[in-house]
Amino acid sequence: MEAAQEVKSKRPIPLSTNYAVAHAAKDLDVDVVAAYPITPQTTVVEKLSEFVANGELDAEFIHVESEHSALSATLAASLTGARAFTATASQGLALMHEILHVASGLRAPIVMSVAMRALSAPISIWNDQTDLFNARDAGWIIYFVHTAQEAYDTVIQAYRLAEDRGVMLPVMVGYDGYVMSHTTEPVVVEDRASVLKFAPKRPYPYRLDPDKPVTIGPIVPPEYYYELKYQQVKAMEGVPEKAEDVDREFQKAFGRGYGIMECYMCEGADALIVANASYAATLKSVLPDAWREGLKVGLLRLRLYRPFPAKHFVNYTSNVKSVLVIDRAISYGAPYQGPLANEIAGLKVREDLGFNLTSAVAGIGQRAMEPEDFLALARLAWEARTRRYPETIFYGVRE
Amino acid sequence: MKLPGWKEMTIGGVITNPGNSLEYKTGDWKVLMPVINQEKCIRCRICWYVCPDSAILELDKPYTTKAKRVYKISYDVNYDFCKGCGMCAQECPAKAIDMVPVEVS
Amino acid sequence: MLEIRWHGRGGQGAVTASEIIASASIIEGKYALAFPEFGAERRGAPVRAYTRITDSPLIPRTPIERPDVVVVLDRSLLKPTYIEGLKEGGTLVANSPLKPAELLEKLGLGGGKYRAATVDASSIAMKWLKANIVNTAILGAFVKSTELVKLDTVLDVIRSRFHGKVAEANVMAVKEAYESTQLSWG
Repeated sequence: MEAAQEVKSKRPIPLSTNYAVAHAAKDLDVDVVAAYPITPQTTVVEKLSEFVANGELDAEFIHVESEHSALSATLAASLTGARAFTATASQGLALMHEILHVASGLRAPIVMSVAMRALSAPISIWNDQTDLFNARDAGWIIYFVHTAQEAYDTVIQAYRLAEDRGVMLPVMVGYDGYVMSHTTEPVVVEDRASVLKFAPKRPYPYRLDPDKPVTIGPIVPPEYYYELKYQQVKAMEGVPEKAEDVDREFQKAFGRGYGIMECYMCEGADALIVANASYAATLKSVLPDAWREGLKVGLLRLRLYRPFPAKHFVNYTSNVKSVLVIDRAISYGAPYQGPLANEIAGLKVREDLGFNLTSAVAGIGQRAMEPEDFLALARLAWEARTRRYPETIFYGVRE
Repeated sequence: MKLPGWKEMTIGGVITNPGNSLEYKTGDWKVLMPVINQEKCIRCRICWYVCPDSAILELDKPYTTKAKRVYKISYDVNYDFCKGCGMCAQECPAKAIDMVPVEVS
Repeated sequence: MLEIRWHGRGGQGAVTASEIIASASIIEGKYALAFPEFGAERRGAPVRAYTRITDSPLIPRTPIERPDVVVVLDRSLLKPTYIEGLKEGGTLVANSPLKPAELLEKLGLGGGKYRAATVDASSIAMKWLKANIVNTAILGAFVKSTELVKLDTVLDVIRSRFHGKVAEANVMAVKEAYESTQLSWG
């Protein structure tokens, strides 16, 4: 294909991550959108309804009365063979929780964007990642993106991945609410023809069709249930490789690629910080200062989260003495109270990795983090090469 | 019976031959079974209407009674699904249905 | 530890029967566990229930694969597949008008390795309860053939679970079944 020489330089337009996601859904020519507004996702839904109203997107826009219905409708539409999309955050993601499991169990190729926000109580409309981490075991593929451009690109990659017959799992694309959802950045948007060439529609294979009736979603007794869930396990196992292939193809087609885990300023680093989304973006700008201070601290940016890119992680951490994991959610009472730190601890033991692991929780409820705070975390990661911090550090909390 | 492994099952447990509940005969445990007396039956259709299992069949089977009454249809029982609840016999205004014990082998 | 497996169809009281025996055992000072296994939850669907009776409070909660006693409440379930796992020397208690040895022969369980207790529980139930709910009648056969609990204890449990005329009708069914149970080796 002519992709290699066809990569024209396109002019970026100013878009918030929410708008970038809406544009991606439009360029993917989604057939059905069923969504319920919730801060900070609202403008995704507003923009999409605008596209449908002015004819830029020929889709069925279903006004549902709750997020539980939103995902139910999106799922059902997908099972009729439609390319279906939805978006949510926080309480909405929590409200649709049971359907998350239904969607992955029924192997529906849906894509959902999540503008990550804290969960009540107390009520908070501000950004942290509690909502998404509460849904991590629902069997969805999960991506974290750190720029509006990456959000646009990843939604496109997500459909190609979800609709792959060897995958057939729903995909969540998470980004930080407010700091990304409502923040304007330059984004290159592609034309629909190219996008559809990259991600042609591959509808759910057993689509509901009165002429070829099937039963979807039967009750399954103990003799069969386990094997059906194991099918999901096996599908997930194949995802890291496929996700990398999709990203590579995307790079060829559009000139932008991300890999499934990014190691930034890792050359010669003795310590690494694991972070995702907006914190990863900020760290990219702060780490040069750390290095100037003599702290050779690199960034391990988590992009594909479920399934966890274990091989890459092991590779990148093989020569470092300290890994500090920043969590934007709390796993109350867990051995490490940062959920990501817990998972990485498991991997550390499994692969017998030699670094010191430090768990730091930060930015809960969008508690402000200045560049100095990130620098402080870099210093902490550096200290931890020779000092152990067994208790989770709740960075920024007032005692 | 050897149960299938995960590779042999359809993705997500989709059943590709729906309507197969018709092959699963649930009427095998009845103690009493309805027998319709075609002579007494006045073809009022109440049995067909009240049966909770849709186990009364309306058939295009003409019948002439001994008193020379001509009917174009007849009612009969689908014993594969009839569970012997007796509602047909209870509701029949002509008392044309008898509930008789099932012969168990 | 003694393991009893009950086979019936939904609505016939197999689960209740398993619980009555467990209750009787507990009243008599033993440890007992009674639990059902559900498949399709509809009338007429085959149902299994389990009772374990032991002297120790540590009782497993797994399905019983090798029962000492198999009780079959419904005639249409008198098939080898439902008797599977019965230990050699174990007892089959069945709702059947056949003689015990005859029944065991028909099920391919002849050869003197198993015992059977048969009683026409359906007729007894129809007589006293005007319905084919055989669970109490079959308890009469169970007590007579296994002697795992006393008849009086079972009658007490029935009187506490059911009331008034219903309780007495069930008691009569149990007693008649107890008297008319046939018991022998196969």
